[in-house]
Amino acid sequence: MTSVPARRVSTDSRFSRWANRHRKWVFASPAMLFIAAMIVVPLGYTIFLSFTDAAGSVRASFDFVGLLNYIDVLADTERFWPAVGRTLIFTVAALVVEFAAGMGIALLLRRSFRGQKWVRIAILLPLVATPVAVGMMWLLIFEPNIGFANQLLSWIGLPAQGWISDPSTALGTLIFVDAWQWTPMMVLILLAGLTSLPEEPDEAAQVDGASAVQRFFYVTLPMLRSTVIAALLLRGIDAVKTFDILYATKGAGGGSFHEVETLNVYAYGLTFNYNEYGTASAVLMLFLLLIVVAIAAITLLRKKGSA
Amino acid sequence: MSAVASGTRPPRRPRRLAYPVFRTVMIVLIVLVLVLPIVWMLLASLKTTVDIYQPARVLDFTPTLDNYARVFAQQNFLLFMVNSFVVAAVSTVLSMIIGLPAAYAMSRFLMRRSAAWVLLARIIPGISLLVPWYIIFAGMGLVGGYGALILSHMFVSLPLIVWILMSFFDGLPIELEESAQIDGLTPIGAFLRISLPLSSPGIATSGILAFIFSWNNFIFALVLSSESTKTLPVAIFNFLGYASIDWGGLMAASAVITLPVMLVALLTQKYIVSGLTAGATKG
Repeated sequence: MTSVPARRVSTDSRFSRWANRHRKWVFASPAMLFIAAMIVVPLGYTIFLSFTDAAGSVRASFDFVGLLNYIDVLADTERFWPAVGRTLIFTVAALVVEFAAGMGIALLLRRSFRGQKWVRIAILLPLVATPVAVGMMWLLIFEPNIGFANQLLSWIGLPAQGWISDPSTALGTLIFVDAWQWTPMMVLILLAGLTSLPEEPDEAAQVDGASAVQRFFYVTLPMLRSTVIAALLLRGIDAVKTFDILYATKGAGGGSFHEVETLNVYAYGLTFNYNEYGTASAVLMLFLLLIVVAIAAITLLRKKGSA
Repeated sequence: MSAVASGTRPPRRPRRLAYPVFRTVMIVLIVLVLVLPIVWMLLASLKTTVDIYQPARVLDFTPTLDNYARVFAQQNFLLFMVNSFVVAAVSTVLSMIIGLPAAYAMSRFLMRRSAAWVLLARIIPGISLLVPWYIIFAGMGLVGGYGALILSHMFVSLPLIVWILMSFFDGLPIELEESAQIDGLTPIGAFLRISLPLSSPGIATSGILAFIFSWNNFIFALVLSSESTKTLPVAIFNFLGYASIDWGGLMAASAVITLPVMLVALLTQKYIVSGLTAGATKG
């Protein structure tokens, strides 16, 4: 074994010696350069467009308009601010539902049981399903006349609902669809966190007479803190950008009353249906700002907690 | 709730028995909620339009493969399937080639800021980059071909691969490489001959997940693909007409898109779970 590498050292070329000495950057730079190429110039271009009146064809000439797009967007109470509101409602509601349900399920599955393997498979299925197909699937189930949801309601004697087609319940129904697909993600992460916890503190609390609820809130949850924050951060980053199920079920514009139009859906419509590149870029920059501020706040919270 | 306590205080006994029952009922309910919608989709994909319009008759129908025939014969889903597969496979392999060494270096040299840089790609909304990409790719003659799709999907799979493999390499002992270097291997040689073979579970995990996420990706293909390079999630919209919806065809198409990834997930369950939870349970 050792004789082969020994010979390799003696035939070391200058390139190989250089590569070995600088292997840190030889290894890391292709991926970093790829990301840079995909982000820096494009994002710079989007920032540039947000200060122009670019619209129509991508090749059409446009003028520099300064902060006009931002002023227009921030003064727009018809589409922009409602979209901000829906984005926040969707993200926060999805996170709350998915975390609460995910934690409950993870606690149920914590100790091993018969048939555990099959339950794990059931949990994995929604998670890997194609979101667009998931949207179509629920579109049929929530169809007011032929869907299974209303059939179920009629069997137990409840009145039929409009679900996704009713502007007042569409967003809530789609939050449920999002929760169906992504609660399993919370379950998997929280379950991994729970199994990595030491059992002694829990047992000690039990001996001291703490109830199951007390043990959860005062022993388990504090120990799980960093896993919980990581799970919320990971899910939150994706939830705020949710597009596929909204577009698949309600189309561009988020329905006839824009009832599920979040910032991502709004920006998509502005860009690719109305070709308002200048305005759309301003919306996207404000959207990005929102995400960055939210992540910074959570990261700060995380640091404060661990300090 | 120790055994002694419950022995001396009988009222507690029903509660101890109640929990296992409650737990079993809840688990069954959860499994039903997760699986029944998928079953409903599959059932509808095997029904005629007449049967779909009678939701009360859940299982009382004569199954037909007409919907699947329409998906493949009328809509050419075989082509879209090949497109989805080529884009997902090539973008995963290319991301692996540049992502694996990057993850290794970032783990071994504790390049946390560089890692954050790669993860930035996960945070930025894809739409904010799509217009510039479209213009740049159009200038390079890539729009409408596989090139633009593969590059945009790499933007999704690369951060995923780096993220998962980094936490994998974090757990791989460095001593093996050090002793290999004492035996005369160069640092890169030690990586290639020692760490690379040992990282095959990590490669499998991140590769499978990157493939699934690329297969499922919708928004990039929606903008960057053409009629002949459409991927499955874009092609499914052919079943949504302005006037009416072909529900049978729509459900059959949904099944055709989703069943392959579900099958992959079933066969590689262990890898997927470890990949999805990678990095989340460390401090």
